[in-house]
Amino acid sequence: MTLLLDLALVAWLLALAVHVVVQRGERSAIIAFLAFGLLLGLAWVRLAAPDVALTEIAIGGGGTGILLLRAEAVLRGRGKEEEPMTRAGKLAVAVGCAAISAGLGLAVLSFASPAPTLAPAAAEALGATGLGNPVTAVLLAYRALDTLLEKIVVLLALIGVWSLAPDGVWDGAPEVKPAIVPGPLTYLARILPPFGIVIGVYMFWVGADAPGGTFQAGTVLAAMWLLVMMAGLKPPPDTSRPLLVLALTGGPALFLAIAFLGSIFAEGFLAYPEGLAKPLIVAIEAALTLSVAAALAMLVAGPARKAPAR
Amino acid sequence: MSAVLGIVTIVLVTAGAVLFLAGTLGLLRFPDTLSRLHAISKADNLGLGLIVLGLLPQAASVTGGLKLICVWLLAQLSAATASQLLGRAVYRGRREP
Repeated sequence: MTLLLDLALVAWLLALAVHVVVQRGERSAIIAFLAFGLLLGLAWVRLAAPDVALTEIAIGGGGTGILLLRAEAVLRGRGKEEEPMTRAGKLAVAVGCAAISAGLGLAVLSFASPAPTLAPAAAEALGATGLGNPVTAVLLAYRALDTLLEKIVVLLALIGVWSLAPDGVWDGAPEVKPAIVPGPLTYLARILPPFGIVIGVYMFWVGADAPGGTFQAGTVLAAMWLLVMMAGLKPPPDTSRPLLVLALTGGPALFLAIAFLGSIFAEGFLAYPEGLAKPLIVAIEAALTLSVAAALAMLVAGPARKAPAR
Repeated sequence: MSAVLGIVTIVLVTAGAVLFLAGTLGLLRFPDTLSRLHAISKADNLGLGLIVLGLLPQAASVTGGLKLICVWLLAQLSAATASQLLGRAVYRGRREP
């Protein structure tokens, strides 16, 4: 019975992937891509990886989807006079993508079976971190360097988006509110955020011991903030606002500070002192959740469009 | 007792699944956006409601059950808002072609 479900899931995923590629309208393709993210999340659940599933649905489906939709809305109507891609160009892209897909397929098929795994080692050392979720232990203790760089990449992406602002509105606020805010949207923006904030904080807090964590929680918080800004209940902040900059950089800064203190008080860079691992990790996660939320919301809000209020 | 609860779950979840099937059929077959919205909102509200109701006896704890109910309520709220926004867009599109 579950085999039937898995086969159906795989068939859906393949069909949707093909649909996204051959779809002519950009918007329909993006909406299909959103659905693809959700289905891929289900596939990760079937593979018993709820942490990956949550991240896939939050970032891969929701976050990327809304970024693409907003980009499409900005680009719509523009660039129509541009020449369409030549046949040779299309062929080159198709061959490149096919080669990468085939290479990835070969790599996956040539894995040793059973695949080499570090899972027993990860589970064994879990006691030393005081955490209950091995995924969080990997992300914030064993492979903390990757996580640190990951969060900094998000900030770099945001700097890239912000630098698209023209000189006149530099340091100003982005614009996300539509010209007419529909009543139901305002209603949702008043009702939903209290629940969303509780759910976001819960996802971060439970991340230490169960599936959940900074990216998932940050996405939920970012969505709530965006909802409030889109309904016009609270305008987006100026991009140079100190409080915003503090929220954005606070997480990575605290992470880095604790990492360097590790080489004084513990065994080295990014090492935690014995017994203090869990409180430090939870503190880093709290600050990172805020940073991720602020960065994702600002990424979606886009570059500044209004002159800064002075 | 557990056999009775199991039967309750099976009946309610099946009914919910049937509603989802009918809603999807309506989504695919109905001619215009408003009637498609009408079809899919039945699946969203009643179908999901029945599935949640059916799963409640299987919940491991009271908080687990409450979470299920919260999922249903939140899905209702977002579905209702999305339907209103879509319906509004259709209405405006009709008036100002």
